[in-house]
Amino acid sequence: MKAERLERFVPFLMVLPSIILIAIFVYGFIGWTGYVSLSNWNTFVPDLSFAGFKNYIYMFKDFRFQSDLRNTLFFSVLFIGSCLVIGLALAVLVDQKLRAASFFRNVYLFPMALSFVVTGVVWQWILNPSTGVNLLLKALGMKNTPLWYVSTRIIPAISVGRIKFGLPVAILAVIIAGVWQQSGFAMATYLAGLQAIPDEVREAASVDGATEWQKFRYVILPMLRPMTITITIMLAHVSLKTFDLVYAMTGPGAGYVTDVPGVYMFETSFRGNHFANGAVIAMVMLICSAIVTVPYLLGRGRRDLGDVDIN
Amino acid sequence: MNRFLKVSLVATLCAALLLAAGCGGGSTQSGEQNNTSSQTQTETQTPSSGESTTSTSSEKQVEIFSWWTGAGEAAGLEGLIQLFKEKHPDIEVINAAVAGGAGTNAKAVLASRMSGGNPPDTFQVHAAHELLDTWVAADKMEPLNFLYEQEGWYDVFPKGLVEMMSKDGNVYSVAVNIHRGNVVFYNKKIFDENNITPPTTFDEFFTVAETLKAKGITPLALGDKEPWTALQLFESVLLGTMGPDKYNGLFDGSVAWDDPGVREALDIFHRMLQYINEDHSARNWQDASQLVAEGKAAMNLMGDWAKGYFTTDLGLKPNEDFGWFTSWNTEGTFMFISDTFGLPKDIKHRDATIEFLKVLGSKEGQDVFNPLKGSIPARTDADVSKYDVYSQQAMQDWSTNKLTPSIAHGSAASPGWTEKIQQVVTVFATTGDVDQALSDLVTAAQEELK
Repeated sequence: MKAERLERFVPFLMVLPSIILIAIFVYGFIGWTGYVSLSNWNTFVPDLSFAGFKNYIYMFKDFRFQSDLRNTLFFSVLFIGSCLVIGLALAVLVDQKLRAASFFRNVYLFPMALSFVVTGVVWQWILNPSTGVNLLLKALGMKNTPLWYVSTRIIPAISVGRIKFGLPVAILAVIIAGVWQQSGFAMATYLAGLQAIPDEVREAASVDGATEWQKFRYVILPMLRPMTITITIMLAHVSLKTFDLVYAMTGPGAGYVTDVPGVYMFETSFRGNHFANGAVIAMVMLICSAIVTVPYLLGRGRRDLGDVDIN
Repeated sequence: MNRFLKVSLVATLCAALLLAAGCGGGSTQSGEQNNTSSQTQTETQTPSSGESTTSTSSEKQVEIFSWWTGAGEAAGLEGLIQLFKEKHPDIEVINAAVAGGAGTNAKAVLASRMSGGNPPDTFQVHAAHELLDTWVAADKMEPLNFLYEQEGWYDVFPKGLVEMMSKDGNVYSVAVNIHRGNVVFYNKKIFDENNITPPTTFDEFFTVAETLKAKGITPLALGDKEPWTALQLFESVLLGTMGPDKYNGLFDGSVAWDDPGVREALDIFHRMLQYINEDHSARNWQDASQLVAEGKAAMNLMGDWAKGYFTTDLGLKPNEDFGWFTSWNTEGTFMFISDTFGLPKDIKHRDATIEFLKVLGSKEGQDVFNPLKGSIPARTDADVSKYDVYSQQAMQDWSTNKLTPSIAHGSAASPGWTEKIQQVVTVFATTGDVDQALSDLVTAAQEELK
């Protein structure tokens, strides 16, 4: 009787330290940030009096924050989409029994070993409108070379709130850099998925008379679904929380065309001492990440993911 | 097959770890900066960070926190430290410099050290509001009136400067150097070839700009990848349309931000932006100055640290390769940017720090530091012969001109207000919406001037 109770108690005791640490350092600080976002702490000297949703209203009316939300939306969708498509294409290529398959696998995976800061600096040079790849394009006879991240164009520029809504052309340069770095991750994940599909399944499909394309479309692709979900979730919370890539590569950009919430949060908190406004941005970013990840974690995602660790 | 699967899974896991590390990027950054700062410190730092140091050994140190890591400025700081060591061979100097232009990284490190109860003995801060509205407001600084009286500094620093560094009659920092913000540098060859004389008014500027543009030369170079350069251009225009008294009044509430002069400044600023290089947002200030040095652009409004960049880094000759003039309509006004050092409360080595501040404020100290950094001394009694032709002229102006603080460099307004003005200017530069910009500036002033 006593031993049984102890047996139930021991596992709890073992996880207790980590529960306490996470409670304080993750949820405690989320709660604290949440409170700060509702306070008047927009000065250097802390002022924690309650302000209600004043800061939230201010931020959502702010030109820069509205631009950030637009940029994040377009960045995330295009970044994740491109990574999925390119990653899958590379995985299928590398999965063929090519002679140098392992070599290419490493080549595509390698950019992932770099930090976003390195990627940002290098692509900043490559896509510099006056010294980078444009010199090459000019040598090839191109007249109007692209402006890359210097462009202030927004397509199609529909007035929404204070900003023009549409795809900021400049953010494409950042997406190129991001995709260059992260499509290798998508490839590796898809490759694992492809190689986990037993040969018998493909053979069975062939016996049933499926063409190569049909095999891919109706057999392989559905079986890669868990991989797609994994990649999407992982990349979504990279893209929603981007800071280093943008900070190193372009900064906020002219008219905030390449600004993201992470950069704004850093600058307004630590340069402008608007800590409550910074906390608002942090909370909005948290909520966005939660919207993307939580449903998958709670619902079918749990089954699809198996035991792949999200964090 | 199976082996490949394993390898790929391991790779995926590694990717997950990398991503997790990437997500923590925001918070680890300040940690990394802390590391770099401690790497630049000498080994002797280690005992002082231990808690059980005796008071005698800790009195023999002074830790100087700055963002002076560039070529000339680092040499200047080193010169100061040498001078200090000659006078006080028993005191160990720890040079805790954090790299990063305009001190943006250093300020984040400083904030974490100050609030963590580990203040550096003295730290670099721009004069006036950058200090007064932050650490002085938070009651973390000691007044330096005693030092000013003891050393006779009230007589040698310009009264306007001392006033701007004071709050309620207490002065809080010692100014080491002065840079000028309202200067335009130009390519002498381009001006000579096109028979252009330096434009001193806005009308002359636009005439000249039109001429140059017609010949395919970029009239005005701008590099606003870091947006403060655009703000610096705007504040110089603002000073030109408002004049020094009204300009200064904008920041104490005596002049409203919907003054016609502000509207005029916005109009002129926006017109000027039609004459800048197309790739301005891919360049930092050095890249923009370089356009002038290479003859690709004619003019560049930049603080006179650009002079140091021209002469030291690019090897150009003043008055031969490049020239300068006071920005449009601001003759007789000196928009200054000044680095100062103060005395934080609760530091470990108060006596040694006071000795260091004495050297900083001394004529000898300022004459060692400034020729190397390329700035001019804040004291008005410095040895003119030690400075180059540009600086001699600037020193003359410094002691006679009216003084105005810079917004872009944190002297005119609190950091919070500065950030808001910066945002208005950044947005305005692309939208060109004068009414919106004006109403935003008025709102910002109402919120921050409380």
